[in-house]
Amino acid sequence: MDDQTRVRRFESFFVPHLDAAYNFARWLTRDERNAEDMVQEACLRAFKFIDSFHGEDGRAWLLGIVRNTYYTWLKRNKVATLAVPFDEESFDAGEIEASGDRCASPIDQLLQEKDAKRLVNGALERLPEEFREAIVLRELEGLSYKEIAAIAGIPLGTVMSRIARARKLLLQYLRQAQES
Amino acid sequence: MDCTDIRTRLHAYLDQELDLPSAMEVDRHLATCDACKKAYAEHSALQSALRSHATYHDASAGLAQRIRARVAPARERKPWFPWQQWLPMGAAVAATALLSWTAAIQYASVSEDEATGERVIAGHARSVVTGHLADVASSDQHSVKPWLSSRLDYSPPVTDLTGVGFPLVGGRLDYLDQRPVAVLVYRHREHMINLFVWPLQEGARAQPVHRLAKRGYNVLHWNDGGMAFWAVSDLNAAEMRDFAAAYAAAK
Repeated sequence: MDDQTRVRRFESFFVPHLDAAYNFARWLTRDERNAEDMVQEACLRAFKFIDSFHGEDGRAWLLGIVRNTYYTWLKRNKVATLAVPFDEESFDAGEIEASGDRCASPIDQLLQEKDAKRLVNGALERLPEEFREAIVLRELEGLSYKEIAAIAGIPLGTVMSRIARARKLLLQYLRQAQES
Repeated sequence: MDCTDIRTRLHAYLDQELDLPSAMEVDRHLATCDACKKAYAEHSALQSALRSHATYHDASAGLAQRIRARVAPARERKPWFPWQQWLPMGAAVAATALLSWTAAIQYASVSEDEATGERVIAGHARSVVTGHLADVASSDQHSVKPWLSSRLDYSPPVTDLTGVGFPLVGGRLDYLDQRPVAVLVYRHREHMINLFVWPLQEGARAQPVHRLAKRGYNVLHWNDGGMAFWAVSDLNAAEMRDFAAAYAAAK
């Protein structure tokens, strides 16, 4: 493949997904500058390995590279992550009583308020990253569990439990924000 | 299935990831169990809150330019012509000319897309502001399609998407780039979606879905089957992608 073909392939497969790549990087890093650097680095990697891309889903491919770039960057910078200890298998049991029974106001009522945007963004930013990435790919990018599993390199069941956990935490954060 | 099983599947149910038999089981349970129904309602409200309030961060125009600038120089390093080393000046001039020519094409086509995006948004906004959504108001694809075909020199693909949450409202003619074009009008909740369709010029390639966002509107553009498609709405990016996917799947 000559360089011109590479550039052309890059233009048609990856440039259309720059918004998706940036949005994902921005939610992972929670920072504008770092997100831009990350997308640049990811695009250069995508370009470097473009010969091994055979026209599958360009968005998923690029998002996967953004994610790898992010975790490499985390390791390099030794940023402490706020991962909560979490047992993927057994979190469901016992949570039924905990959710919804308190006399908190319903979530749709809370989100009628004019600062709904701030509340929702704030809650998303608070999520530990493994849940944040899953829910961002699901709700903002509209991806299926299968696509998310491929991008994050995790089994389908794990995607399902992370999304469930993300939603439960978001509801909890939104209620806390409302109470304070 | 008891409540614990249902709660485990509730999210896959909400995300339409369950197979039909499991989804029906959840349906049946929700019809009889108030606690699970309440949990479902809550997660469903959270889902729409995320989709309508969470910020979708678009890449800046500068970012795309910086990436292009770092990808393109790869071309400059190798000599293009065997005689380049003997004629460095001539080759350098040729290289500069070729580079600015390709850059001009790239930027010209980007801004052309942006300009079309602007015109499509204007057409959509005009129809909403004036309340003139459709010339032919019908959810029946078999009456919208012939109405449009009889007034145009092409026949746009018309599909009702009620089954997947985007009912067809009707069709309209608009005038864009000095030609009349078909606009299919869809509704999602209280939001209108305008889908502009016109035939591509000879030699234009199929193009995957590409997104523009401007002034609170989301615009998706793709080329397929010899037609250019421009969908515009104030829906968020994820819902617009759902719409494009539903339209593509229904063809």
